[in-house]
Amino acid sequence: MGASVLRPDGALKVSGEFAYSSDLWLDGMLWGATLRSPHPSAWIRSIDIGPALAMPGVYAVLTHEDVPGEKFYGLENKDQPVLAIDQVRYQGEPVALVAADHPETARRAADAIVVTYGEREAVTDPRVALERRMLVRHQPVRVGSTFSADVVVTGEYEVGMQDQAFLGPESGLAVPAEDGGVDLYIATQWLHVDQGQVAPCLGLPPEKVRLTLAGVGGAFGAREDLSMQIHASMLALRTGKPVKMVYGREESFFGHVHRHPAWMRYEHGATLDGRLVYVKAEILLDGGAYTSSSPAVVGNAASLGVGPYEVDNVHIDAYGTFTNNPPCGAMRGFGAVQACYAYESQMDRLAAACGLTPVEIRIRNAVSQGSRLATGQVVDTPAPLAEMLRDLDAMPLPESVSRDLRDLPGGVGQTTHGDGVRRGVGYGVGIKNICFSEGFDDYSTARVRVELLGGEPHVLVHTAAAEVGQGLVIIQAQIARTELGIDHVTVAPADTQVGSSGSSSASRQSYVTGGAVKTACEAVRERIEKDGRPLEVILQDGPIEETREYRHRRTFPMDPVTGQGDSHTQLALCVHRAVVDVDVELGLVKVVELAAVQDVGKILNPLALEGQIHGGTAQGLGLALMEEIQVRDGKVLNPSFTDYLIPTILDMPPMQLKILENPDPNAPYGLRGAGEPPTLSSTPAIAAAVRNATGLPLSRVPIRPQDIALA
Amino acid sequence: MADDMTGGVPVATVARVGVTLTVNGADYRLDLDSRVTLLDALRDRLGMTGTKKGCDQGACGACTVMVDGKRVLSCLTLAAQCEGKDVTTIEGLAADGVLHAMQEAFVRHDAFQCGYCTSGQIMSAVCLLAEGRAGSDDAIRQFMSGNLCRCGAYGNIVAAIREVRDAGGHDA
Repeated sequence: MGASVLRPDGALKVSGEFAYSSDLWLDGMLWGATLRSPHPSAWIRSIDIGPALAMPGVYAVLTHEDVPGEKFYGLENKDQPVLAIDQVRYQGEPVALVAADHPETARRAADAIVVTYGEREAVTDPRVALERRMLVRHQPVRVGSTFSADVVVTGEYEVGMQDQAFLGPESGLAVPAEDGGVDLYIATQWLHVDQGQVAPCLGLPPEKVRLTLAGVGGAFGAREDLSMQIHASMLALRTGKPVKMVYGREESFFGHVHRHPAWMRYEHGATLDGRLVYVKAEILLDGGAYTSSSPAVVGNAASLGVGPYEVDNVHIDAYGTFTNNPPCGAMRGFGAVQACYAYESQMDRLAAACGLTPVEIRIRNAVSQGSRLATGQVVDTPAPLAEMLRDLDAMPLPESVSRDLRDLPGGVGQTTHGDGVRRGVGYGVGIKNICFSEGFDDYSTARVRVELLGGEPHVLVHTAAAEVGQGLVIIQAQIARTELGIDHVTVAPADTQVGSSGSSSASRQSYVTGGAVKTACEAVRERIEKDGRPLEVILQDGPIEETREYRHRRTFPMDPVTGQGDSHTQLALCVHRAVVDVDVELGLVKVVELAAVQDVGKILNPLALEGQIHGGTAQGLGLALMEEIQVRDGKVLNPSFTDYLIPTILDMPPMQLKILENPDPNAPYGLRGAGEPPTLSSTPAIAAAVRNATGLPLSRVPIRPQDIALA
Repeated sequence: MADDMTGGVPVATVARVGVTLTVNGADYRLDLDSRVTLLDALRDRLGMTGTKKGCDQGACGACTVMVDGKRVLSCLTLAAQCEGKDVTTIEGLAADGVLHAMQEAFVRHDAFQCGYCTSGQIMSAVCLLAEGRAGSDDAIRQFMSGNLCRCGAYGNIVAAIREVRDAGGHDA
């Protein structure tokens, strides 16, 4: 534990042998395709599947009438039709399915289905949806009654719609089983919540819908909701043949939820020396056509809406709207990311108004252990934010603007010779809840078995927890080795033959599945110790196996009127400093360096941990400078990697990291979830640095070249 | 009606071509729709799924393979164009079960998370060294910028390539 043990799936991944969901293959399998709505809002007058069915090679064409069980599904609210029924509510909504003997035939057959639509008004402005009270959730936070102060700064901020843009598009293989059920091999974040949604729609008991995790090509929240799981299963059950579905990149943009775009109005009041008196905020998050995880996103934005700062008077209204825009749901740091950009922008305005540096204003208001959050929840574990900011501030700054033209903004394609290039430095601070919040029964299950193989003790760890690239397989193995002192540890493929592990999201798996593996190992160890004989002798009687569930501390719902409540079990902090060079004439930004300090409680695997911080930071950089799904009148304008840009190796600068280990006594080994916090703080740090370089207010991310050059 | 709706060209009537692909040293005779990309021929006809499809549009680099020693995007290359050429994929890098130095370095530096971009990254990196363009970290970044990694393992990718370069296995 604590060593940079290499991931066991590494050799497979570098040799091309790791089986991602899109690599699966069975002889005689069919290919599925999906017909999607071209309209953001329309009645369906008729669907004629005849032309598609008549095509050679087509085995099945299905509509909502063919859904064998429940017609609706959803993560938090079953409001999403498996296939559209009489109407479509967003562009890209699945309308019909095809299975054919060749993927091209399947796509052509889907195109041959004749759907007659009657277009109708699409509500695409969330402010209109708010006026009409088309709300998925409204969560207020109310504390104190003093809403006047010597220094007042206000601001309106916007966050564009970000995409998770994992590189391995949605895919899976459904295989009909002899018992009338289906075996589904799928890239997902949570096998059991998929099973719980798929089975009722197929009209099957859960035990007849068996899921096995296939290789996952990235997730970042986009695999929390279902994509093709029910569809492929329906086609497999109908045709009696295995059915593979693989989305292309364009379809992937329509096949999963995105990060909620946000419109936020903030007012901060402070004393002359920069101590916060009050924060007022209105946070509007557009959830699009269906509920997905919007309620939890709104909850995070509300409960963490002032950030990790002490303030006695808070008045927040966080809203999630229903519109005819693409559905939005989980993406790394959800809800907290959007609010963080706004409150950190405000802290910089406040610093300027009070004549303080960005670091001073943050230290002056920083939470620490014992502080009370806006929800009334007391931070009861270490939260050394002031220390982290001092550490960050003490890190050396990179050299001044390079004279090498290749290093200037725009790289080798630049047209400047250094004139008009300005250096800027900015800071960002974020606080993220770890694990599921607001009273959710959040647990994981682990089965640990010790047996003799070739005369030596071996450990088999079996959970349903999804390895999505974060390194969970190696963390589980490290925990088993540490707890049992046995070198030979195998982590079994994740499937639904063992109890739920919950989702690979909310930075929770090291905590909760790590806790489950640890607890199951302790139970095995207890049996060995009780027996008293040497392990090899005990195991000659047969394997020792124990299964344990692990739960974190209970959390509580937020009061629907005041927002008060101990809604989170763990809170994690990360701080970033960004250094940028900006070509103010062309509006090009180059991030020169990013530095971060994060408190993770306990480092389990330094290499994997640093990877999480780098990756989270990179996605925050993308949100700051380039990533946005552009939606006009409910239609996506840029569903491709040509037009939706994500950071390349040239965009992502070297990083300085300092990782602190102030343990959380409630968590296994004292660890803190680590994957999300860096995604919060890198965005406002970069935005602040660009403001610092340009002197522009820049109240919207991503910051586009024209926001600078045409300002 | 059906003919109109299929765009006029039924799949079966598209011109077919006979192609001999030399992949990782072995010859494969294929009868293909002339529009089939090298990527789809590798994955769907030869069952070599190590080469990945990320965007099918030449924007992500996940499908990078080596053709006659040069890196190409197999999603933008027709299989029929590769007649008589040597194609090397990620499956062909290891020799006799021993990983290529670049593959080992990627494992050692944890130069991936989900691993979906990794085949393309490694093929690109191997070619980069052969091209002699890995002289500095900046150069590595410049000439690896066609390979996206959404997990953000870029720093570790640079470290892995630097290590192989410094070990002198290839000219740089």
